[in-house]
Amino acid sequence: MISNIVSKFIFRRTIVLYRCKIRMESNFCYTNELSFINKMYSPVIPTYRVLNNEYIQKSPTVQEIEMDTNLLVKMYTTMISLNIIDTMLYECQRQGRISFYMTNFGEEAVQIGSAAALLSDDIVYAQYRESGILLWRGLNFSDLINQCYGNCKDKNKGRQMPVHYGSKEYKFVTLSSPLTTQLPQAVGAAYGLKQMQKNLCIVCYFGEGAASEGDAHAALNFAATLICPVIFICRNNQYAISTPIQQQYGGDGIAARGPAYGINTIRVDGNDIIAMYNATKFAREYTIQEKKPVLIEAMTYRIGHHSTSDNSTMYRSNQEINSHKNKIPIVLFKKYLEQFNLWDMNKEENFINFNKKTVLEAITIAEKHKIPSWEDLFTDVYYKMPNHISHPVVEETGWLV
Amino acid sequence: MILSKLYTRSTRRGSKFFRLSLPINGRPSCRNIHFTYYPDTRTVRTGEVKEMNMFQAINNALHLFLEKDKTSVFFGEDVEFGGVFRCSIGLKDRFGQSRVFNTPLCEQGIVGFGIGLANVGITAIAEIQFADYIFPAFDQLVNEAAKCRYRSGGQFDCGKLTVRAPCGAVGHGALYHSQSPEAYFAHTPGLRVVVPRGPVQAKGLLLSCIEEQDPCIFFEPKILYRTAIDTVSLDYYKLPLEKAEIVREGDAITLIGWGTQIHVLLETADLVQNELGASCEVIDLCSILPWDAETVCNSVKKTGRVIVSHEAPLSQGFGSEIAATIQEECFLSLEAPIGRVTGWDTPFPHVHEPFYLPDKWRCFESIKNTLEY
Repeated sequence: MISNIVSKFIFRRTIVLYRCKIRMESNFCYTNELSFINKMYSPVIPTYRVLNNEYIQKSPTVQEIEMDTNLLVKMYTTMISLNIIDTMLYECQRQGRISFYMTNFGEEAVQIGSAAALLSDDIVYAQYRESGILLWRGLNFSDLINQCYGNCKDKNKGRQMPVHYGSKEYKFVTLSSPLTTQLPQAVGAAYGLKQMQKNLCIVCYFGEGAASEGDAHAALNFAATLICPVIFICRNNQYAISTPIQQQYGGDGIAARGPAYGINTIRVDGNDIIAMYNATKFAREYTIQEKKPVLIEAMTYRIGHHSTSDNSTMYRSNQEINSHKNKIPIVLFKKYLEQFNLWDMNKEENFINFNKKTVLEAITIAEKHKIPSWEDLFTDVYYKMPNHISHPVVEETGWLV
Repeated sequence: MILSKLYTRSTRRGSKFFRLSLPINGRPSCRNIHFTYYPDTRTVRTGEVKEMNMFQAINNALHLFLEKDKTSVFFGEDVEFGGVFRCSIGLKDRFGQSRVFNTPLCEQGIVGFGIGLANVGITAIAEIQFADYIFPAFDQLVNEAAKCRYRSGGQFDCGKLTVRAPCGAVGHGALYHSQSPEAYFAHTPGLRVVVPRGPVQAKGLLLSCIEEQDPCIFFEPKILYRTAIDTVSLDYYKLPLEKAEIVREGDAITLIGWGTQIHVLLETADLVQNELGASCEVIDLCSILPWDAETVCNSVKKTGRVIVSHEAPLSQGFGSEIAATIQEECFLSLEAPIGRVTGWDTPFPHVHEPFYLPDKWRCFESIKNTLEY
């Protein structure tokens, strides 16, 4: 009864505001009523999903979701591949073979679902938990492994910590550790694409914790006012290391901020790869056509530890983690594929065994490669090496060689 | 009652202004300019020339570059209408709003946005309204712009980014309209930091910065915008980065500075010549990072004595780097300790600006002591 009254009240209010707006044809309107604007005015943004977790039998058919079966299977196998490489590199770190690692457990759908909906020329600016995009785009296991080992085959020349991937070939801008710095950069790059009249967009990934940085505010505001074709994808996985979302923000997540900046926004079930695919595709079509930004907030859960330097049971219970395990994207998607006979246990076993072998081989080879030449410590600081860098280098050479 | 209060207030304030505009202790105004501008006599000018002040020379450089590179963009706070210092006048009308535009008021956004543009191959010229307000973008400049090429193994870079920012004392700028933050950035491998001393250098060095394939920070001493008037070539010309300029040759002592301080040092050099009969060699460093240690050390090896002078505070100012390098390279040539005449280790004050600045009298005193050592 009470909620009914409240909702009626909100409804009437909204209508009044709406009418005012229309009548005044401007960005503001007047009221005689002294009251605060609060959550009542903005109902919780619903989460878009396609694959229904609780009632899996009611899932739409492949025809209904208008997707190619090959694409669906490729999406699934990439998720599995990401899982395999994560498991094995995580173990590598535990054995002290690599210095650091960050897994993607639970967030495979956000990455691969969105990557599948993009063109391969769309440029990606990522945070660090987006390795799946590189796998989707065709990067080899060995390229990822070489980066983590920092050997002479690493594109970064062994300069960055593991997981800081980058690939010019696959339009994946090299990651850096400072959070959110990539957001305003993505907006600038998007403005550049518009300037060059290319029918492409920039896709920029970040976590919900990173969204608290000042750069996130800068980016959303710049994207809206300078009208840039950029898709922001926020991975809301409930935690920024140990900080739960309740300590990260007081509003309705990240999605609620989008409209405040004047950005078209959608909240998606990040564990539902089809929903993620559809939302990104929808966003991309809009962005390319209108050259305007879109914000996607993908709701998910970080199943793994934050990194290999973190023990997440210090701040969350095993029970909590386990309660999310039946909702994880791989399980959800596998049930769906099995339902339509697109996948089975046999295929899964073969795929996993084959890929585990491939990853192991790649690791063995990566370990045998030497680190890059000592000269690579000094190159690329500037386009040409200035005197003050080359001078000591020349002096030291006698000692180093 | 309110009216009468307002009245008294305004008259009181008015009388205060009136008093200030009258000579106090022989000073005509509290807004003194602490130097005399020395026009450039060494740079070769080709083609058609024009009398310009520094903001006009910068404006001319921007016009020439935006004309040359058709995809380049210029942006910052309030640049569309010509900029708060008139540096971007006429740009928007000529090149359109898609290439010359205002951004929201957010420095970290401006620099981040510029890095992104440069990432995809667009020449980005960003303006930070005052160098004092560059610090919100410190992270983007130091962690991102400077390290972009290095961390990606040369796969990505933002070499096409140039950040312009007015810097230095202006007579009454106090804490947040007077700073010289070059030393903060001089500690960052990957950046280029450049400061011109007049219109001729501003145009040539700015065009070099824009074309250089590394991210550059171009600090423009704002007091020179209108006071520095010189004959500037209308041609598209560049002056070399990483190269110091010997502005005046001498044999008794080397004076090193940059920006406005060069004019203070030139005036001091005249004073030293007249009072002490010693000739000073004045070097404009031009590029703070990477800097031209060779020219500096060659000069010190010749004179044996040296003074470094800058407006920024003493401790960890760029003068320390120069002094340390000189003592390492010229130990056997030095005949006196290296002198540093700089701003005090305080925030930049408002009414005490004349006491804060390393003016010609402080420079003279230090030179005299060094020569007598």
